[in-house]
Amino acid sequence: MTTTIYQQFTDYLRNETPVALATIIEGPGIGAKLLVSRVAGVETTSGTLGHPELDRVVARDTAGELEAGRTGVRHYGPEGQATPEDLIDTPTVVVFIESFSPAPQMWIFGAVDFTAALGRVAKVLGYRVTVCDAREIFATKRRFPMADEVMVTWPTPVFEKRGSTLGPRDAVCILTHDPKFDVPAIQGALSTSVGYIGVMGSRKTHNKRLERLAEVGVNSPEQLNRLMSPIGLDLGGRTPEETAIAICAEIIARRTGHSATSLKNTDGAIHS
Amino acid sequence: MREILDDIDRWRTDGKKVAVARVVKIEGSGPRDPGAAMAVNEDGEVAGSVSGGCVEGAVVSEALAIIGENAPGRMVTFGYSDDEAFAVGLTCGGIIRLYIEQLDW
Repeated sequence: MTTTIYQQFTDYLRNETPVALATIIEGPGIGAKLLVSRVAGVETTSGTLGHPELDRVVARDTAGELEAGRTGVRHYGPEGQATPEDLIDTPTVVVFIESFSPAPQMWIFGAVDFTAALGRVAKVLGYRVTVCDAREIFATKRRFPMADEVMVTWPTPVFEKRGSTLGPRDAVCILTHDPKFDVPAIQGALSTSVGYIGVMGSRKTHNKRLERLAEVGVNSPEQLNRLMSPIGLDLGGRTPEETAIAICAEIIARRTGHSATSLKNTDGAIHS
Repeated sequence: MREILDDIDRWRTDGKKVAVARVVKIEGSGPRDPGAAMAVNEDGEVAGSVSGGCVEGAVVSEALAIIGENAPGRMVTFGYSDDEAFAVGLTCGGIIRLYIEQLDW
């Protein structure tokens, strides 16, 4: 029995394999589909849009969109013509290319009450959540059932092994308050291209931590600017859940570059 | 689309016909980005959403029509564009373009 495009598509989505679906949404061949997935840097294409040259050109463009994590509409001729001159006097095939990247990651260091609340909010936002603490009795799946993964280890080996998988969409939240754990976690996070690094602690803890970081050579303005410390927006919340919202709200605002003030007090487009 | 797969699978296991609407383009202000998806089964049950609730009702009608007619996929536009074919619009003033099709692929 041959597997349908939909079956392949949903399998990729469920295995967190990067996949993009191209669908003809207007013009000849409406509804036809091409699926492009990428495993270990190798692209696989299945389905057809009805013409080999159209398939080739759309597969190429779809792979590019997948790489960039973009979703959008493109126009072609029925035989894959892509330049504006070639599209004159020919019916236009409008293709919707939708990219599905794996879930963004949130690594939470420190197995504390705030961790459970942050993990829950992060799951609502679609993160793949990893909890890490060196203390075996605290870092358990039973305490953090929402986590996709609970690791009992020090930060350094985690970053050495997997730091390269972190990118701009991902977040590292360091909630330990313990310099012997949070200093190596900060060093590890700074060695990656992770988009958000938040570190919990009072102003006093923060100042002490800066001293500890300077001792290990972390003192450049570029490095320190990347640290969101103390972590979170100033919402005035008290509970772990409220703190988790303040942290996640800060992550969103950093990603979008928005001001995180009330819309009532700002002008301009809301969705930009 | 990811978030509606379980509902779609359940409906298909029950032998229900399913249509899927996907946002392909937003012009101006719009509540959901391209890729936002909503599934409708032949009984009118719904999973997911494509706007802030402004056009969902009309999308269900379109989806049921497509299932009922066994029709190919089609583009549907909501909002105050040059072709005001549909009475519903987005309260935010944007234009939303959707592609609605049966899940028969």
